[in-house]
Amino acid sequence: MLTYLRRSAAQVVFVLLGIALINFFLLHLAPGDAAQVLAGESGAATPEYMEALRRQFGLDQPLYVQFLRYLGNLVTFDLGYSFRQSLPVSELILQRLPATLLLMGTAIGFALVAGCALGFLAARRAGKLTDTVISIVALLFYATPVFWVGIMLIVVFSVMLDWLPVGGMTSVEANLSGLALVGDVALHLVLPAVTLGLFYLAIYARLMRAAMLEVYGQDFVRTARAKGVRPRRIAWRHVLRNALLPIVTTLGVQLGSILGGAVLVETVFSWPGLGRLAFAALFQRDLNLLLGILFCSSVVVVLVNIAVDLVYTLLDPRIELN
Amino acid sequence: MAAAAAMTAAVVVGVLPGPQGSAVAQEARQGGTLSIILQPEPVTLTPSTNMAQPTQVVAGNIFDGLVTYDFELKPKPALAERWEVAPDGLTITFHLRGGVKWHDGQPFSAADVKWSLENVWKTIHPRNKSLFENVTQVDTPDDATVILRLSKPSLPILSVLNGVGAPILPKHLYEGTDVLNNPYNNKPVGTGPFVFKEWKRGEYVKLTRNPDYWEAGKPHLDRLLFRMIPDAAARAAAIEKGEIQYAPYNPVPFRDAERLAKLPRLKVDTRGYEWLSPLLYLDFNVENQHLKDVRVRRAIAHAIDRAALAKIVWFGYAKPAISPVPSSLVTFHNAKLPQYPFDVKKAEALLDEAGFKRDANGVRFTLTHDFLPYGDDYRRTGEFLKQALKRVGIEVTIRSQDSAAFIKRVYVDRDFDFAISYNNAFPDPQIGVVRAFWSGWLGTGTPWTNGSGYRNAKADALIQEAGVEGDPAKRIAQFNEFQDIVLGDVPSLPLLELNFFSVYSADLEGIVEQGDQVYSSLKNARFVDAPKGN
Repeated sequence: MLTYLRRSAAQVVFVLLGIALINFFLLHLAPGDAAQVLAGESGAATPEYMEALRRQFGLDQPLYVQFLRYLGNLVTFDLGYSFRQSLPVSELILQRLPATLLLMGTAIGFALVAGCALGFLAARRAGKLTDTVISIVALLFYATPVFWVGIMLIVVFSVMLDWLPVGGMTSVEANLSGLALVGDVALHLVLPAVTLGLFYLAIYARLMRAAMLEVYGQDFVRTARAKGVRPRRIAWRHVLRNALLPIVTTLGVQLGSILGGAVLVETVFSWPGLGRLAFAALFQRDLNLLLGILFCSSVVVVLVNIAVDLVYTLLDPRIELN
Repeated sequence: MAAAAAMTAAVVVGVLPGPQGSAVAQEARQGGTLSIILQPEPVTLTPSTNMAQPTQVVAGNIFDGLVTYDFELKPKPALAERWEVAPDGLTITFHLRGGVKWHDGQPFSAADVKWSLENVWKTIHPRNKSLFENVTQVDTPDDATVILRLSKPSLPILSVLNGVGAPILPKHLYEGTDVLNNPYNNKPVGTGPFVFKEWKRGEYVKLTRNPDYWEAGKPHLDRLLFRMIPDAAARAAAIEKGEIQYAPYNPVPFRDAERLAKLPRLKVDTRGYEWLSPLLYLDFNVENQHLKDVRVRRAIAHAIDRAALAKIVWFGYAKPAISPVPSSLVTFHNAKLPQYPFDVKKAEALLDEAGFKRDANGVRFTLTHDFLPYGDDYRRTGEFLKQALKRVGIEVTIRSQDSAAFIKRVYVDRDFDFAISYNNAFPDPQIGVVRAFWSGWLGTGTPWTNGSGYRNAKADALIQEAGVEGDPAKRIAQFNEFQDIVLGDVPSLPLLELNFFSVYSADLEGIVEQGDQVYSSLKNARFVDAPKGN
């Protein structure tokens, strides 16, 4: 275990450096720079103004100097400065982190629990009406574009029924605090979390059903049945546990992308998450910010991968860390 | 002039708001929070170095200018109570309002104006530099008087003196600092009717009422809440539901605007953008092997039905443009110009004459079109052009990219055939029009300048003469000749005069009061009965 972690740590450093290198040069391939974007948005510019902006952003330096500066910053755990937003990148990311974690955590949690339950049900009643209904619903949500589901939920629950707010994270105009604020955020969270959750839910339900059906066909299940173990116990103890591996893998992938947020859902519901921040940074050529978000995301992916490996060994003792 | 301005002014759906409307049973009331759409998120909240729309929409409420502009684009007193321009145009004197305070309590004085002119308008301000460069000295004989002394006249100065056009920054917070990096850029201190409170990135900007505002009883509202809602459909839903009560700058697609305009609770209004006078135009790359022939450019001009473009693609929120100087610039606009009426036969004849015959497939040649990546309206304009040109035998390939790539392609690399773009003309052609034609911009890689690559010594000379001409009548004559030349050569084809629109709640009054309203303050706005959800 310790050797595994030690070896992983060494790999992590190399992987992250590689990612930083690729990210940096890949992003600099994009045509146009932040000064041009700013000048473009202004609708007017002078060469002097552009030059002042480039000097301010450090874009007047040769690319390798910019890269060495970036690496130097990374080594000292400094993600750099977003000149466009006039704030340190780490501060910008931290500002958005709570909203992102809240939305992604709720959506993935809801999807995991509900999706696994539905998949479990479908697998136990395979071929019957319950299975057909669950499979169709899951397919429907999986195939429908997330932004369309979001807009429809807004139209029905916000505009027509007036139960929930259209978007945002709080009712700023109401100046709430304490428990009232928590309730207000929860109300704002419902639609985006459900929208995103329904999409993920479909994945978990389909995965769970397929994995369980596969395990049902294996010898040890037949043996258990022959032994006279009750079907419920077989499902819970023998099938479900063995079917969890692909679920854990998928969960790992989704947790890895948690920092990237969900651009579409955040956009539709004006949710102040990291996805929107990264998306805007790309169009604005705010490369320091984008590199910062990408770097943090890659750290999370690497760490989640290690965690997933460890969970495998817990779920299935036959798997060894090496 | 008033009649002409009124004619160009507006398509207003619903009843006009205004003082006359408030006389009815409803009682106007003080206070309340106005929720406003702000899209996209601004870069900074100080208008000194960034002139993008969201920055200015917020900043207009925080910063007062020397003047504001009425619907006829005449300056009205604000921080300057009155002003005089010497007959030779070489001295401009402003008499400032007394007793005005910055939001931090410091007194506002002539020194702030002088400092801002010398350190912002003349140096880093992207639009004003050329207008103020002939100001050689600024005298402040007392705290309430500013005298600009010029080496050559610069009459366009009088068209940019509102809060965002010539932003006055507090000298005591900016002096000796790097203006671009000053922390107050993002927590601005102005003299305007609303005070900056909070900017929560990705969510909102909050302003509150300035209790010490110089105009007694103003502003009426307690709070302005600018909310960022990135999705157009969600914006439409928030407006429809009443969560948002004011949404300037084409907040929703035209189709939604048509639908919202029919709701009795909402108004759609195209007034308040007169100061900007946006113009949609088509830049030909005059170095292109086909487009370098003026007959080809004229043929394309004849091949485009601009009235249909305005009606079909822009849902009537535009009208055909016949000159690079929009008709809202009443004194400068010249209607007696070379015209390019929609005439397919003439277009074909010109192309034949230029030697580009149709081949076996009916194609004369192929061009690539780059549209301004500011949304579907521009993409659809490109599709409209593609169809129009196909009729006369020109095959068009549409290419899309994001705005950074577009700017680089057109203005830096000049790697394009023809592109559509838009510019705000502003009240004087010197500010927003001539930059598209002056050859001095070529080679500088500056966005929104001479995109076509046009060089004409006569046009260049007229542009420079008009810039320093002190006699208004002579300037009009110079711009008439300028329009004549550039429309004859047509390196850049004016397509449409755009009518931007705002959507707002019908229970608001005083929301559109002047020609620079969208970039000015909402100090006159108030609710006439209880707003929803408050």
